[in-house]
Amino acid sequence: MTDVSPTLAPPAPAPDRSAPPTPAARGGQARRLLALARRDLPATVGAVVLLAIVLAAVLAPWLAPYPGDGSHATHPLDTLAGPGGRHWFGTDAVGRDLLTRVMYGARTSLTVAAAVLTVSALVGVPLGVIAGYTGGVVKDVIMRITDVFLAFPALLLSVALATVLHPGTGSAIIAISVGWWPWYARMACVTATGIRSRGFVDAARCLGVSRIRIMARHVLPNALTPVLVQLSLDAGGVILTSAALSYLGLGPQEPTAEWGLMVQQGQDLFITDWWVVAFPGLAILLTAFCFNVLGEGLRSALDPHRELTR
Amino acid sequence: MRFLTQRLAQSALVIAGVVALTFVITRLVPGDPAVTYAGPRATPAQLTAVRRQLGLGASLPDQLWRYVTGLLRGDWGTSLHTRRGVLTDISTALPASLELVGCAMVLAVVVGVPLGLLGAHLRLGGGRSRGLGRWGRWGRWGRAAGDGSVRATSMLAVSVPVFLLALAVQNLFAAQLGWFPVAGEYTSKLNQTSPLEHLTHLTVVDALLTGNWPVLDSALAHLVLPALVMAAYPVGVVAQMSRAALLEESAAPHARLERAYGFSRLQVLTRFSLRPASGPLLALLALVFAFSLVNAFLVEEVFDWPGLGRYASAAITSSDAPAIAGVTVVVALTYVVTNLLVDLTQAVIDPRVRL
Repeated sequence: MTDVSPTLAPPAPAPDRSAPPTPAARGGQARRLLALARRDLPATVGAVVLLAIVLAAVLAPWLAPYPGDGSHATHPLDTLAGPGGRHWFGTDAVGRDLLTRVMYGARTSLTVAAAVLTVSALVGVPLGVIAGYTGGVVKDVIMRITDVFLAFPALLLSVALATVLHPGTGSAIIAISVGWWPWYARMACVTATGIRSRGFVDAARCLGVSRIRIMARHVLPNALTPVLVQLSLDAGGVILTSAALSYLGLGPQEPTAEWGLMVQQGQDLFITDWWVVAFPGLAILLTAFCFNVLGEGLRSALDPHRELTR
Repeated sequence: MRFLTQRLAQSALVIAGVVALTFVITRLVPGDPAVTYAGPRATPAQLTAVRRQLGLGASLPDQLWRYVTGLLRGDWGTSLHTRRGVLTDISTALPASLELVGCAMVLAVVVGVPLGLLGAHLRLGGGRSRGLGRWGRWGRWGRAAGDGSVRATSMLAVSVPVFLLALAVQNLFAAQLGWFPVAGEYTSKLNQTSPLEHLTHLTVVDALLTGNWPVLDSALAHLVLPALVMAAYPVGVVAQMSRAALLEESAAPHARLERAYGFSRLQVLTRFSLRPASGPLLALLALVFAFSLVNAFLVEEVFDWPGLGRYASAAITSSDAPAIAGVTVVVALTYVVTNLLVDLTQAVIDPRVRL
C-alpha cells in the first residue's frame, strides 16, 4: 500500500449529512442551485411545473373541487357539461368533474411511475453491481439474462405480462418493472466494471474488507450518479408506458382515475365532446414532457462532457 | 469472422431465452385455456378432448419441448379468438404493420436527421451565410430560437402519448376537415369493382405491382395519417440524437482541422461529422424500429388498421394466450435480427467494432 501513485484519486469524502449545515454552507448551496437554474431555464421550468403536478396529486383530496368524483360518484344531471365556471375541465359521461379526475389521475400515474422506478432500480442496480464487480461467469450469466429481457421492447413485455395478470394498478407496476430493470442492471454493470479497477477498491481489498461490504459501501455509491440521472430521464417513459397500458385496458380499472383509461373511455365522444379526451391526454403529455426536459437538464448538469451538446 | 460467429451465437442464445420467457409468461394465464377455447357450455368430455388437442395435459418441460419444436415446424398454436393458426394470422397481419413502421422509419431518417443537422448547425453559430441573401441571416436570437424550436419540437414529439396524437389527428384532419379517410386500409367497396391481388400483402406494393390504380389511390390516402402519427416518435428521437452526436463530433479535433482547411461549418457537419455519427444513429434506428412495432398496437387500434397491433389488441381483450405469445415472439425476433444486422453493418462500416 505504499505505492499510492497520484493517479489513484481517493474517493471524494462524503459530506457529513448528520450535522446541520452552517448558514454559510446553506447560502452557498442555494446560490449554486440558483446559478444552475439560471443556466438551464427549460429544466427549471420543467421542475417547477412538476412540483405543481406533484402538489396537485398529493393535495387532491383537499384541493379538488369535487373530491367525491375521484372514484365512482355519478351525477346524471351533469353529464358531459362543457368546460366553464362550475367545471373548469368539463364533466365526463357520468357527470364527474374532469378537473378532479385529472388531479386524482396524477396520483395514480405518479404512484405507478415512482413504484416502477424504485422496483427497477432496487432489482437492477444490485444485480448490475454484482455482475460488474465480480466479473467472469457471474457477469456473463447476469448480462445474458438482461439481454433476453432487453430483446423485448419495454411496452411489449409489459403488455404480454399485464394481459396474463389480473388487470389493476399493482399488476401494471409489476408488468412495467419486469421490462424496465434490465436497463439499470446493464448501466450499473458498466459503471461497476469501471470502478472495480480504481485505487480505493484495491485499497479496501488489501485492508481485508469483505466483497459484499466493498460492493455495498464502495462500489454501489459511486455507481449511483448515472442511475439517478437515468431515473429522471425514464420517469417520462414510465408515465407514457403506463398510460399506454391503461389505454389498452390493462392498467387500473374503473372507477380509478387514470389518464390513459380516461382517454380510452372518452375516445368515442371526442368529436362531440373534446374535453373528455383533451384534458387527461394533455396531462400525460405535460407530465412526460416536464420529466424529459428535467432529465435532459440533470444529465447535462452532472455530466460536464456533454456540456456542448446542450 | 470470429466477430461474426460470436455475434451469431449470442443472438441464438437470446432467441432461445426469448422463447423460454414467452413460454413462462403464457403459462401464467389465469383460468383454463381449454375453457376459453371450448366455450362455457362444453361438456367434460369435450374439455378433455380440447385439452389433449392443445397439449395441456403434459408436464411443463414436455409442454416447453412441444412448444419449441412447434415453433420450429411452423406450428405456433391455434389462436383462441380467430380459431386459425397463429402463424397464418401473423403472416397476414404483419405486412400491414410493416407498411406503417417502414414509412415511419423513412420519415425518421428523411426528416429527423436534417432537423438534428439544422439544430446543431444553428447551435454552432451557423446560419450566417450571405449566399442566401436576406433569408440566410438568422441573427443571434434567430439562431437561438431556431435551435430551441428544433429541441422543443423533438422533445414534444417524444413526450406525446401516441394514442392521443392519433385521436387528435384523426379528429382534426379526417372527421372535422375531411381531408383524409377516417380509418381502414383502403375503401372496402373497391373489392367489388377492382379486387386486389395479394402478392406481398403490402397493399401499396401489391397495388403498384398489379397496376390496380383505384386501390393504390385509396390506400395511399388511408396511409397518410397513421404513418405520420407513427413517425412522430422516431423523428423526435432521431432529431435529438443526431443533433447531440453531431455536436459531439464537431468538438473533435478533426473538425477543427477541417475548419482550418477552409471548409464552412455546414460542410464540416455534413461531409465529415455525419459519417462517424451514423454508427450510434443506426443502433438507435434498430431500437426505434422495434419500439414502433409496439406503438403500432395503439395507432392501429385508433385507425382500425388491419395489422399486428389490431390483432394483438383483439387477442388481449379475449386473453388469447397463443396469439399474444406469437406476437411477442415475432416482435422480439424482429428486434434481435435487426440488432444483429445493425451490428454487422457497423462492423463493415467501422472496423473498430470488430475488435
